[in-house]
Amino acid sequence: MAPRFDSVQQVRDGLKSVNYLADDGIAGVAFLADRLGKPILVEGPAGTGKTQLAKSIAEMTGARLIRLQCYEGLDESKALYEWNYKKQLLRIQADKSSDSWSEIHDDIFGSEFLLTRPLLEAITAEDPVVLLIDEVDRVEVETEALLLEILSEYQVSIPELGTITAKQVPMVFLTSNNTRELSEALKRRCLFLHVDYPQMDREKEIVLTKVEGITDMLADQVARIVRSIRQLDLKKSPSVSETLDWARTLVLLGIDHIDAEQAKETLHILLKYQTDIAKAVKELSVD
Amino acid sequence: MLELLSGFIVELRNAGLPVSLTENLDAMTAISHIPLEDREAFKYALGATLVKNHAHWRSFETVFEVYFSLRGPEYNITDGDGEGSIDDFLRQMQDAQMKGEGNGGAGGMDQLTPEELMQILMNALMNGDQAMMRALARQAVQRFAGMEPGRPVGGTYYLYRTLRNLDLDGMLDKLMNASREQVGGELTKLEDRLERDEFNHRIEQFKQEVEAEIRRRLVADRGAEAMAKTLRKPLPEDVEFMHASRDEMQNLKKALQPLTRKLAAKLARKRRHGRKGPLDFRNTVRHSLAYGGVPAEPKFKYPRPSKPELIVVADISGSVAAFARFTLMLVYALSNQFSKVRAFVFIDGIDEVTDFFKKTEDVSEAIQRINTEADVIWVDGHSDYGHAFEVFWEKWGKEINPKSSVILLGDARNNYHASQAWVVKEMKQKARKVFWLNPEPRSYWNTGDSIVGEYGTHTDGVFECRNLRQLEAFVEKLA
Repeated sequence: MAPRFDSVQQVRDGLKSVNYLADDGIAGVAFLADRLGKPILVEGPAGTGKTQLAKSIAEMTGARLIRLQCYEGLDESKALYEWNYKKQLLRIQADKSSDSWSEIHDDIFGSEFLLTRPLLEAITAEDPVVLLIDEVDRVEVETEALLLEILSEYQVSIPELGTITAKQVPMVFLTSNNTRELSEALKRRCLFLHVDYPQMDREKEIVLTKVEGITDMLADQVARIVRSIRQLDLKKSPSVSETLDWARTLVLLGIDHIDAEQAKETLHILLKYQTDIAKAVKELSVD
Repeated sequence: MLELLSGFIVELRNAGLPVSLTENLDAMTAISHIPLEDREAFKYALGATLVKNHAHWRSFETVFEVYFSLRGPEYNITDGDGEGSIDDFLRQMQDAQMKGEGNGGAGGMDQLTPEELMQILMNALMNGDQAMMRALARQAVQRFAGMEPGRPVGGTYYLYRTLRNLDLDGMLDKLMNASREQVGGELTKLEDRLERDEFNHRIEQFKQEVEAEIRRRLVADRGAEAMAKTLRKPLPEDVEFMHASRDEMQNLKKALQPLTRKLAAKLARKRRHGRKGPLDFRNTVRHSLAYGGVPAEPKFKYPRPSKPELIVVADISGSVAAFARFTLMLVYALSNQFSKVRAFVFIDGIDEVTDFFKKTEDVSEAIQRINTEADVIWVDGHSDYGHAFEVFWEKWGKEINPKSSVILLGDARNNYHASQAWVVKEMKQKARKVFWLNPEPRSYWNTGDSIVGEYGTHTDGVFECRNLRQLEAFVEKLA
């Protein structure tokens, strides 16, 4: 199969054209994932654009995004495939007399009665797809094993049908908020990418591209204040999406230069805990 | 190249990173797709294939710096004389700087007086000029560190010598003054703060440049293998509480937050999925509808076991204070996993500090208050476990009940006072479980004035808790 990207720079430019500003690490790992045909495990604090990365790659390559949202209690009937038992029952009842049992048996376990779920769908798709397995740390350790076959071999084994192998190797992204340690087996099969809060310059760029009508100076100020706030010892540091919300609010309010008073009044958009807000106000205005 | 890479991987393993064989192979394949002259891309290719835990990234970076620092055109080491193109480059940069200032252009950096050097550094920091900062770091190391080949001194010594000569603290004030002048008048407090953070950030960058430069020179002198060995640092989860430096303590604190989240999720899950309870009739009937009224899929009620109650009694005398503080932080970060948490601290007197935690949401603030306000000194401020336990038993002993687990923290170095081990024995009879956590290595137990064995016989277990890994394992067992 032909590689999707020619160079790291191409990934970077491509992502930029769909308004996702990648740094060297992100673009480099995406490039490698394509070349090695391996999934990417994206880890990092909430709201730093992990899910957005998968979406942007899909948009950039013109692929369809297939998303599997993980949660506790996810099982193979929701992630991989399920037999459509109602339809099977109907099939059996429809013509009781004519077919012999063995015919029916072969018939009702055909692909017609198979309900594809996201993972199987990504494997069987004819058009280019990007598979996003979101918040993989939410499933139990045992369920993780479900993913192993598809991640390393790009195939799914169904006892009644045999093994279904992918027609093309899709780009696969797994995201994790790191609420638990993922198993070694899973990690070993993936490339690892840690997405952290962006550097100040990059955050400013992000604000400039994502927020309409913001001036360069305001974006600069927003990025600086957010960086200072992230240095404080907070319960929850402001994420990139919160930074963007804040910048949008400031634009809507018609503020083009933030002073301490305005910062104080709009800080609740950036921070979600009362103690954090109090701390930030104290730090930013008193000393 | 292959040889270099396998040496690199061996060193990663020595530093404690779990690198498997498949990951090793992946790394080999990965670098064949990457232009080798692109150092950043090379680094990320190795990082993505070899490091699967963000906490290990720092160790990876250090080893990477040592192994691949000398390979790259812009990282050539310049000696005192015969500086080639780099020196020209410097001169250009400098002239550009000087023209604006109206100072006479100086020659190569070697001829500059220290004052001029400081001036250039200040300008570079002021403008955030990365290339200039790197060049200056190189110059500063060459000039001030006084490095001698073959001298068996650690890098920190040279770093200290260089930074002492540069006076970066004074630099911050100067920079602040300069930026005030630029604006013409006072900055508002917010601007002041932002400006200060910005300069701090740049100075920090400069320090890292200096450090990297020293490392490069040391590697050139001693070779990568020897250097990697001296730089090897334990991973955050392996740092010993009792000997952690301030820096390591900071890192530990950072590691604590994700750890508590992980533990909380794990504990909650464990409690829910413990075992099945009695049949849930309503739910079973509801699900039987899908099978035409046949209860093919029985549903069960999950029991909700009561959360354990926790009593923490911690020695906070000098030697074990860091450990006690740390454990208290961990326990309180997890407090919603327990029905009740009570905390007591002692040296030779004992005091309850539960209220400190109740009043504030901020655990570190509570710890701060314990250090200043708790009344824990009875006679001389040397640990006296015996007296502390006795008082504890008199005052709060009644409140231990079969639901509560008691955790005793300390090294049990009792300064040869009476042990009063009967208190622990009584506790065990009343409480659900009594555990003792000892931050000392097991081989030190029961030597000198340590009497952990005497207490230990009456508990349900004494655990060695020297680092985060061991502490984590214990807490998991607890709930």
